[in-house]
Amino acid sequence: MSIILDKVNYVYSEKTAYEIHALKDVSLKIEDGEFIGIIGHTGSGKSTLIQHLNGLVKATSGGIYYNGQDIYDEDFNMKELRGKVGLVFQYPEHQLFETTIFADVCFGPLNQGLSKKDAELRAFTALRSVGLPEEYWYQSPFELSGGQKRRVAIAGVLAMKPEVLVLDEPTAGLDPQGRDEILDQVAKMHEELGMTIILVSHSMEDVAKYVDRLIVMNHGSVMLDGTPREVFHYYRELEEVGLAAPQVTYLMHELRKRGIPVDGEATTLEEAKASILKCFQERKNR
Amino acid sequence: MNFIEARKLVHEYIRRDEEGNVEGIDTALDGVDLDIRQGEFIAVLGHNGSGKSTLAKHLNVLLEASGGTLWVDGKDTTKEENLWDIRKNAGMVFQNPDNQIIASVVEEDVAFGPENIGVPTDEIWKRVENSLKSVGMIQYREHSPNKLSGGQKQRVAIAGVMAMEPKCIVLDEPTAMLDPNGRKEVLDAVERLNKEKGVTVILITHYMEEVIRADRVYVMDKGKVVMQGTPRSIFSQVETLKSYRLDVPQITLLAYELRKAGLEIPEGILTRQELVDALCQLY
Repeated sequence: MSIILDKVNYVYSEKTAYEIHALKDVSLKIEDGEFIGIIGHTGSGKSTLIQHLNGLVKATSGGIYYNGQDIYDEDFNMKELRGKVGLVFQYPEHQLFETTIFADVCFGPLNQGLSKKDAELRAFTALRSVGLPEEYWYQSPFELSGGQKRRVAIAGVLAMKPEVLVLDEPTAGLDPQGRDEILDQVAKMHEELGMTIILVSHSMEDVAKYVDRLIVMNHGSVMLDGTPREVFHYYRELEEVGLAAPQVTYLMHELRKRGIPVDGEATTLEEAKASILKCFQERKNR
Repeated sequence: MNFIEARKLVHEYIRRDEEGNVEGIDTALDGVDLDIRQGEFIAVLGHNGSGKSTLAKHLNVLLEASGGTLWVDGKDTTKEENLWDIRKNAGMVFQNPDNQIIASVVEEDVAFGPENIGVPTDEIWKRVENSLKSVGMIQYREHSPNKLSGGQKQRVAIAGVMAMEPKCIVLDEPTAMLDPNGRKEVLDAVERLNKEKGVTVILITHYMEEVIRADRVYVMDKGKVVMQGTPRSIFSQVETLKSYRLDVPQITLLAYELRKAGLEIPEGILTRQELVDALCQLY
């Protein structure tokens, strides 16, 4: 199972003075169970790209295939696709509206046509998997903290049992611990439920820590696509398009320049720590 | 007297049910003391719900204290007659750039504030020009704000505050919705205002990297100030910060971990350069 994008183009306000070519010949293959990060500066086409994945936006040209089926085919069941590819927008807590948290999470599955009992079962499982304590479930969602509201919003999407979960900057505006909690939870869902995860982020440190594959968008095109190590190898090119590598990657490069033979490609704190300690150990042994 | 002084400042949010009966009281500020000198760059840290934003809203009297006292620029905030002077002298910038821009041309947006406080027209245009220059947005003066990036919009919002020539500017998570580039633009502009114009800056943020630029840091938890000091002294206390749901910059954390593993690195490393130097000395 996979999602294939074949030369997707998207133009906003076509044939007007405000025409913007937001996606240019984007071709990607997203395999089942991948954990993908998408980075790019504001206006690089990240959000437009993810809105194509569940058919919210229709490509101006090019094709998208979900599990081999052309999603623009007349017979294609778009409603089903929207259940399979769950999209969590920025500041999803603004979309909460029900009187209780539990009712809010039930809304999605009920809308999919499930019976009340099945929907409640889904809500139960979803709230469990985002780690929201049961004592809150029958409270109003508006009295929760920012991080907890966001969990409820994510649970609302999870309750629709998506195969692919797309999150657009899920940690914006959260405190550091809230940030870690949400991302740890997402990583756990990826591991335990085998869900495909696509994470749009502005934090290089976060993507380096969590994702297996990193896609860099620039001016509507895919600029780089590879493991975080491969992508952050091009840190100078990334800087030119307004991005950067994680702080530790820079540190490692500078250490190498000063003659300490550390791993210059380290992208996470753990990798950097291990490599520096190894260097000092080897030095001592000599 | 300091520029901002708070003594045992208390703020309570009272929750009421549909009939107006009191359901509960949340204490957002619980006896806060502050001493901020004119020209200081202050950062305020704290997890979501720790009372940071409530505190910010007191500094220009958008909220009234339930108890305690607060003086801004020597004026008591509880006195009605001081209200306008205080608001004029403590400008606010909020998180969402789209909520703070009202005009359809950048320079008109910046002119809105000074016009509102009765500045003469010639003077308004002078101020608009100066403040757009100071945030590096002068080349966009005749543009529509709608077409600007988030970082550019935030800088226009800051210029709008600057045009009122406040002595102090309070920024409540001004970079939370921006990309790394936009964050840097805004922070650079703020730092310049502080260093070159001597404006007192109070920056509320969740990004530990931004705190390094401050002279002093206040850490809040459950409505109280629980730590204060220079960034270096605050970030030396990794475990304490974590207990308040906070973090330290990645480089500081790496230095801390290396220290724990036995390398003799000094405490409270803040920048990449410091860590590189410390490691090279050891090697």
